[in-house]
Amino acid sequence: MNDIPFNDHRPSPEAMLKLANAEEADTGQGKLKLFLGYAPGVGKTYTMLEAAHQLQREGRDVVAAYVESHGRSETDALLVGLEVLPKAAIEYQGVRLPELNIDAALARKPQIALVDELAHTNVPGARHEKRWQDIEELLAAGIDVYTTVNVQHFESLNDVVAQITGVTVRETVPDRLLDLAAEIRLVDIPPEDLLQRLREGKVYIPEQAARATEQFFRPGNLIALRELSLRRAASRVDEEMRAYMEMQSITGPWPVSERLLVCASGSPFSEKLIRTTRRLAEELKAQWFTIYIETPSVGRQQQENRERIWRDLRLAESLGAEVATLTATSVAEAIIEYAMRHNVTRIVVGKPAKPRWRDFFLPPIVDQLIRLSGTIQIHVVSINGVAAKPGGQKYHPGRVIPWFDYLASLGLVAAATVLAFLVRPLLSPTNMVMIYLLAVVMAAARLGLKPAVLTAAAGVLAFDFFFVSPQGSFTVDDTEYVFTFLGLFIVGVVISTLVAKARERADAMRERELQTESLYYLSRDLATAANMESIMTAVIKNINATLNAELSILIPQGEQMKISAISAGLKLSDKELAVADWAFRNRREAGMGTETLSSAELLYLPLATSVSVLGVLGIKLEKAADYHSPHSRRLLGAFVTQISLAMERVYLAQQAEQAQVLQARETLERALLNSISHDLRTPLVSIMGALSSLRDKDLHISGTQGKELLNGAWEEAERLNRYVGNLLDMTRLEAGEMKVQKEPCDVQDLIGCALSALEQKLGARDINVRMAEDMPLVNMDMVLMNQVLINLLDNGLKYSPSGSPLEIRAKIHGRKLLIEVLDRGPGIPKHDLKRVFDKFYRLPVPEGVGGTGLGLSICKGIVEAHGGAIRAENRSGGGLCITILLPL
Amino acid sequence: MPIDPHLPRLLIVDDEPAIQRFLKTALDNGEFTLFQAETGRAALSAAVSVKPNVILLDLGLPDMDGIEIVSRIRQWSQVPIIILSVRDRESDKIKALDAGADDYLTKPFGLGELLARIRVMLRRSLQQVPEPVFRIDELEVDLARRLVLLQGEEVALTPTEYDLLRMLITHAGKVLTHRQLLKQIWGANYLEQPHILRVNISNLRHKLEKDASRPGYIVTETGVGYRFKGQY
Repeated sequence: MNDIPFNDHRPSPEAMLKLANAEEADTGQGKLKLFLGYAPGVGKTYTMLEAAHQLQREGRDVVAAYVESHGRSETDALLVGLEVLPKAAIEYQGVRLPELNIDAALARKPQIALVDELAHTNVPGARHEKRWQDIEELLAAGIDVYTTVNVQHFESLNDVVAQITGVTVRETVPDRLLDLAAEIRLVDIPPEDLLQRLREGKVYIPEQAARATEQFFRPGNLIALRELSLRRAASRVDEEMRAYMEMQSITGPWPVSERLLVCASGSPFSEKLIRTTRRLAEELKAQWFTIYIETPSVGRQQQENRERIWRDLRLAESLGAEVATLTATSVAEAIIEYAMRHNVTRIVVGKPAKPRWRDFFLPPIVDQLIRLSGTIQIHVVSINGVAAKPGGQKYHPGRVIPWFDYLASLGLVAAATVLAFLVRPLLSPTNMVMIYLLAVVMAAARLGLKPAVLTAAAGVLAFDFFFVSPQGSFTVDDTEYVFTFLGLFIVGVVISTLVAKARERADAMRERELQTESLYYLSRDLATAANMESIMTAVIKNINATLNAELSILIPQGEQMKISAISAGLKLSDKELAVADWAFRNRREAGMGTETLSSAELLYLPLATSVSVLGVLGIKLEKAADYHSPHSRRLLGAFVTQISLAMERVYLAQQAEQAQVLQARETLERALLNSISHDLRTPLVSIMGALSSLRDKDLHISGTQGKELLNGAWEEAERLNRYVGNLLDMTRLEAGEMKVQKEPCDVQDLIGCALSALEQKLGARDINVRMAEDMPLVNMDMVLMNQVLINLLDNGLKYSPSGSPLEIRAKIHGRKLLIEVLDRGPGIPKHDLKRVFDKFYRLPVPEGVGGTGLGLSICKGIVEAHGGAIRAENRSGGGLCITILLPL
Repeated sequence: MPIDPHLPRLLIVDDEPAIQRFLKTALDNGEFTLFQAETGRAALSAAVSVKPNVILLDLGLPDMDGIEIVSRIRQWSQVPIIILSVRDRESDKIKALDAGADDYLTKPFGLGELLARIRVMLRRSLQQVPEPVFRIDELEVDLARRLVLLQGEEVALTPTEYDLLRMLITHAGKVLTHRQLLKQIWGANYLEQPHILRVNISNLRHKLEKDASRPGYIVTETGVGYRFKGQY
C-alpha cells in the first residue's frame, strides 16, 4: 500500500494567519483526518486502525467510537487492544440497527476518536441525518476524528463518478469536509490488487449494492476512480505549494481572486449547473455564489418549483457557495446587479434549450446577461443530455378543483353568447367580438391564465357558430372572418397573459406586503419591549398571527432548557426539549425540516447574536411543505434575528442595571463602614475619656472640671444612642420591617409630639407653628411621621444659628397634606439639593455639628412609604425649606 | 442591707448584671429599700414575699417573658409596674401597658427620668383615697362637683371630654393606651375607632392648653396613648 500523507496548509495569507493564531491559542476545535480511498476494499479502515495503534504507542488517548470490520478478520485483529465504545442501537421498522453512539463519544471525550465511513447515512431516529454531521459535532467538542471515505462520495465529484461508472452514489458528503480535513491520507492499491482482493472475498459489499458491484468494479472504472482520488489529493499538494510560495513571498503570475456566480432556477438542470460551477470555482480557487431570483410575475411557477429551488440552494450551500435569495422584476438585471455588488468576475449560465418562438419577444436570459454583463465573463455551460430527474412533476397547490375554473370559463362564453343574441339587432357581427373579449378579460381576471385561454378559444368557436354565416355551423362563408377569429384569439391570449400576470404580481405583492407588515409589527413591538416577558408576548402574538404557527421560546436555566413562552395548547415532550437543547448547544437549527433530529415535531432555531446564544425558538408550521419554502424560511430568519437582537438588548440592559446596583451597593457599604467606624467610635472617645479621667484618683479633677467632663460624656452618649437608633430605623426600613400603619391622626398632635420630644434641645429657640384652622384628621402612621418631624427639626436646630427661629407650617394643599419645616441656616448647595436624601450624605458641617447622614434618608423612606413626597429647597433670604406632601 | 420598714420597697427585675449594678448604685440613695431578682420566677416569688411598692421590670428575661410576669402579678396585685426595656417599638409598649403595666421607659434612659416616674407611682400607690380636687399649675379639677377651672374660670366641657379628662387625671403620670381609654369611655365597640379619641383629645387641648401645639397637660405618647403630666 502506498500512503501519501498531505499536510494541510490553506493557500491564502489570511488562512496562514489563522493557522498561526490557531497554533497560539487552541480554539478547542478538533482536527479531522481523512483516510481517502477510491473504492471499497482498498484498506482504509485497516490503515486507520494501524495509525491508531501507532498513536496509542505514542501515548495518545485513542478510542474506536465506531469501526465496522464487516467481519474481516485482519481488521478485527487490529481492533484488539483499542478501547471500543459501545454502539447505539436504534430501532427502525422493527430492527435494531447499530449506529455511532455520539453521546457516549462526547461523554468519553478522548483525544482522538475513530469513526468509520464518513459518508454513511444514519438510521432515521438518530440525532443527525448523516454521519458527517455527527463527526462535525465531535470536532466541535474538541475531539480529533479519524475517518474513512471514498472519493466518489464527495458532492462535487458525484456526477463525474456517475458518468464514469454509470453507478450513482446516493451517500454524499459536502466538499467542505475535504477542506476541513487537517490531514488527508490517501490509501491506494493498484486496481489489479483490489480486484484480486475482491475475488478472494476480502471486500465487503453491502447486500443492497450487490447488483451494482459488477458494474462498479470494472478495471476501467477503478483506474478512472483511482486517478480521480490521486488528482484530488494532488490538488492539495498543489495548494500547499502555492501557500508556501505565498508565504515566502515568491512572486508569480497570481491571478486576482475570482468570484463566480450561478443562478438557481429550480429547473432540473440547476443541479448540474451548480456542480459545474463548484468545480470551476475549485479550479480557479474562487469564491462562488448561488442566488435565486424570485420574480413576482412567475409567482405560480415559483410555487411549483419551491421544493426544488430549496434543494438546489441547500446543495450549493453544502458545496461551499454563498447563497442568497433576491426579489426582482427582471432576472437578468438582478443577477448583474448582485454580481457587480459582489465583484463577481464570472457568471455561469446554462445553454438554453432550442430557441422558442417566445424568444423573439422576450430574449433568453443568457442574451440579456451578455448584453448587460460589461466586464463580467459569462460562461455558457451545455446542459443537454441531462435527463430531468424524477420529482420535477408540476403540481397545483391551492386550487383544489381546477376543472371548476374551466367550467366557469365555458359559462362565461355562454353568457357572452346570450348577450350577443340580445344586442344582435344593434351590432354588426364584427363588433360582437368585443363581447367575447370582455368574457376573456373577466376570465383572466377571475380564473387565471389557462381558463382565460380556453375562454378565448371557446369564444372564437361560439362566435363562428352562432353569428358568422352560415350560422349553426363552423364553416365560414367570408374568409375575412378568419382574420377576425385570429385577431380575437390572439388578443384574447395576450390579454389573458397580461391580466393573469398582473394578478399574480398583485398576489405576490400582497404576500410580500403582509410579510413586511408582520415584520414591521414584530420589530415595533420588540423595540418597545423592556423586559423578557414583553418580548415573549410580542413574539407569540406576532408569529402566531403571521405564520399561523404554534411556537415556543426556550431559554437556558442552569443546565437545562426551560420554556419561557409557549403558544396556548402547545406541549413539548422531553424529546422535543432535548432537540431544543441540541440546537442551543450547537448553535444550529435542528428538528423538523432540517437534517438533524428531523423526527421532532417542531423546528428549532437558535436565537443567536454575534456574541452568544440566548435561547431557541421552536416553531410548528401549519404545513410540512412550509418548512422548505424560502418564503417562510426567510421570514423566520428575519424573525429570529429580530428576536435575538431584542433579547440581547434586554440582557445587556439588565446586566448594566445589575452592575450599577452592585456598584451603588458597594459605595453604600463603604460609606456605611466609614460611618459606623467614625460615628460609633467618636462618641466613645469622649465618654471613655471622661470616665477614665474621673476614675483616676491621681488626676485630682476639680468639681467644675468633673462636671464639664460629665456633660460632655452625656452629650456624646446621647449622640451615640441617636445614631444607633437611626441605624436601626434604616435597617428596619430596608428590611421592609417598618410597616406603615395608617390611622387618622391629628396634625397638631403630631407637631406637638415632635416638639415635646425635642424639648430639651429646643431650649429657648423660637418655634413658629403656623397651621390652618380646622385641619381634618389625616391618615398616617403617627409614630413614623413623628420620627420624620423630629429628624427634620433636629437638622434645623443643628444647622441654623442658635438665635434664629424655626418654622413649621401645615396646610391642606389640593388633596394633600403639606408640611414645611423651615430654618435660617446656610441652606444647601443647589447641586446637592437632591442628594441630601441619599444615605450617608452629609453637608460640610459647621464646627461641632455631627450628623449621622441617615436622618433625611430615613425621612424620605418613611414619607415615600406613605405614598408621599419630600423635597428640599433653599429659601429666599437664606435657609432651608423641607416640604413633605402626604396624600389625604 | 438594713431594712427600714418605713422606706418604699423597690423590686428591680433584670438579668443583665451591668444594669442591676447601675440601678442599685443609682437608686441606693437612702430613699428606697432595694430588692433584686434576675429571673421571672424569682421576680414572681419576690413580688409575693417582699410586697414591693414599685416594680422595675425588664421585658427580656431568660426564663419568662416580661409581659407574662405583668399579667400574673395583675391577677392578685395592683402594685405599680414600670417597664424598662430595650424594645422601643410602640407595639411592645402597648402590649405591656395593656397587660397592666403602668409605665414604660426605653433603655437607655436618664436617671432623673426614672426617679420622676418612680415618685409618681409611689404617690399613687401610697395615696389610697384620691383627693376630690386636683390642682396643677393653673388648672383645677373638682372631681366631686364635675367642675373644671382654668385660671379660676370655668371651662365648658362636653360629658365625654370631662370623662376623658377625669380618667387621665385619676391616672396622672401613668400612660393610658388608646385601647384603655377607648374601652373605658366609649366601650368595647369603639376599640377600632381611634379617631374619636383623637378628636376629643384635640378639643380638650384647645380648651385647656395655652398652646395646643405644645401641650403642657395632656401629653401624647406617640403611637401608644396619652398621659396626664403628673406632679413629681
